[in-house]
Amino acid sequence: MHKYLSIESVGKTFETKKGDFVALTGIELAIRKGEFVTLIGHSGCGKSTLLNLVAGLLKPTEGTILLADKHIDGPGPDRGVVFQNHSLLPWLTCFENVYLAVERVFAKDRKERTHAVLELVGLSHAEHKYPHEISGGMKQRVGIARALAIEPKVLLLDEPFGALDALTRATLQDELMRIVEKTGATVLMVTHDVDEAVLLSDRVVMMTNGPAATIGDVLDVQLPRPRARLALAHDARFMDLRAAVLEFLYAKQTSGTDHVFPAARRAALVQ
Amino acid sequence: MAALALRKEVIPIRTSPPHPAAKVLGERADAVRARFEASTGYRRTRAPEWLLALLAPVAGLALLVALWALIAKQGGRIPDPITVAHAAAKIFADPFYSKGPNDQGIGWNVLMSLKRVGIGFGMAALVGIPLGFVIGRFRFLAGMAAPIIALLKPVSPLAWLPIGLLVFKAANPAAIYVIFVCSLWPMIVNTAVGVRQIPQDYLNVARVLNLSEWKVFTKILFPAVLPYMITGVRLSIGVAWLVIVAAEMLTGGVGIGFWVWDEWNNLKVEHIIIAIFTIGIVGLVVEQALVLLARRFSYA
Ligand SMILES: Nc1ncnc2c1ncn2[C@@H]1O[C@H](COP(=O)(O)OP(=O)(O)OP(=O)(O)O)[C@@H](O)[C@H]1O
Ligand SMILES: [Mg+2]
Repeated sequence: MHKYLSIESVGKTFETKKGDFVALTGIELAIRKGEFVTLIGHSGCGKSTLLNLVAGLLKPTEGTILLADKHIDGPGPDRGVVFQNHSLLPWLTCFENVYLAVERVFAKDRKERTHAVLELVGLSHAEHKYPHEISGGMKQRVGIARALAIEPKVLLLDEPFGALDALTRATLQDELMRIVEKTGATVLMVTHDVDEAVLLSDRVVMMTNGPAATIGDVLDVQLPRPRARLALAHDARFMDLRAAVLEFLYAKQTSGTDHVFPAARRAALVQ
Repeated sequence: MAALALRKEVIPIRTSPPHPAAKVLGERADAVRARFEASTGYRRTRAPEWLLALLAPVAGLALLVALWALIAKQGGRIPDPITVAHAAAKIFADPFYSKGPNDQGIGWNVLMSLKRVGIGFGMAALVGIPLGFVIGRFRFLAGMAAPIIALLKPVSPLAWLPIGLLVFKAANPAAIYVIFVCSLWPMIVNTAVGVRQIPQDYLNVARVLNLSEWKVFTKILFPAVLPYMITGVRLSIGVAWLVIVAAEMLTGGVGIGFWVWDEWNNLKVEHIIIAIFTIGIVGLVVEQALVLLARRFSYA
């Protein structure tokens, strides 16, 4: 297996007023090119922290992260980030928000590229609207367009659909699958929705509860693509995978208790 | 602004089932009204919303004038509203006359004061806004600026006047300098607060997109801080307009503050009252213009 994005023995400790806070420890994860990996875990376990480490917004206190054999040292245009709360600039139109990213990376055909990527997320009709004039689902699509516009090697998504209703969520999940298929992007996505994780991923990375959270288990999802939501709803393999994630989250990692993952098992997984 | 808020209040009207007789009476009243309208061609309608909205401030102003008239009636030297209105009509009939340096129309006096405020404020903006940006952006500079601002902000701007006279050796630049000093603090403080309030999300966007410093400034910092800056401008101009009257009283020359002092020396109390209203109205107009400007630049 060729490692494209490689997270090696990464730990993150925050310095707080009450002393050091170990958020993450001993994270080992290798992602292949074109792979779709989701991170799942209870709230506050450190999913965003791990994603921000890959994005380069945070620096690891231990270990290293490599992308295409190069050290990640700060943010860069090889990684596109979709934030937990869209983070569009309210004083720019959808077009201008995306253009800002395009401008940074490409010298030619900037307008055409911006139009094209907005068309990809189905927002050609809303190009000249401001963020407050469009719905939550549309804002997330603009956020995805902005991340895709720079044609990144890796797409990093932090609960991109977390604030949306179930219907919009489903539409955007399908759209994301279509886009990823079309662009062949490598994706690391944070979610706390079990169905979403299983439906979209090639692998589901399950994290233990914090503090000092780490990877508890990794689930291979070998469902054929393209995946159809309705057909999968009755698929026995899908149900089993879903049950496995649920069991990890609710039996092994019950939220609220500071579960200490058995050291022996952790060591075994890290191998 | 208080009047605006009050107008929005709705007084709930209690409704109870109508008395049986009311229906008959109501029908009769309707018939009477219909006949009245048919014969006179006059239609009675409910007072429109805007009329009611206008009524409260008008009533307030009427009360003010009534109180004033009452005080004037008690004797003393306060002229009554009618006398003042006559004097105002005379003054505003020719606001822009000019009979030498010490006898000019009220229009020139107001414009001179506005000019001083404009220049002093403009320079304060040129200095204060960039200073606010760097103080907001760099923690160390903020730490350096904090004691200076804390020490100098509570000082009455007029305390700076002697220094201004000493340095510039002339009244006009000294007055402008006082305006500069009093406008400076709100601009610095509000701009700095604005910079510090920029959501981390926007700065993260700048970082992941790797935007150049220039782009960060024009596309993120400046638009995000603009509403705060406009608040700073409003506060500055408000203070400047308060201070210029006092400064001009001390420095002399042409200006509304000096005009007030001159009329006091001439014992023309009605002119002083006219000046008070003029200062108030000019201040109000400037403030409202800035409120409109602020609304233009606020993002929903
Ligand atoms: N800058 C920081 N300073 C101190 N502690 C932090 C900081 N950022 C995150 N943490 C802590 O690290 C832990 C992980 O936070 P993180 O935001 O990564 O959680 P998460 O898994 O993304 O949660 P959610 O699902 O609610 O978004 C939390 O306990 C949080 O309080
Ligand atoms: Mg998070």
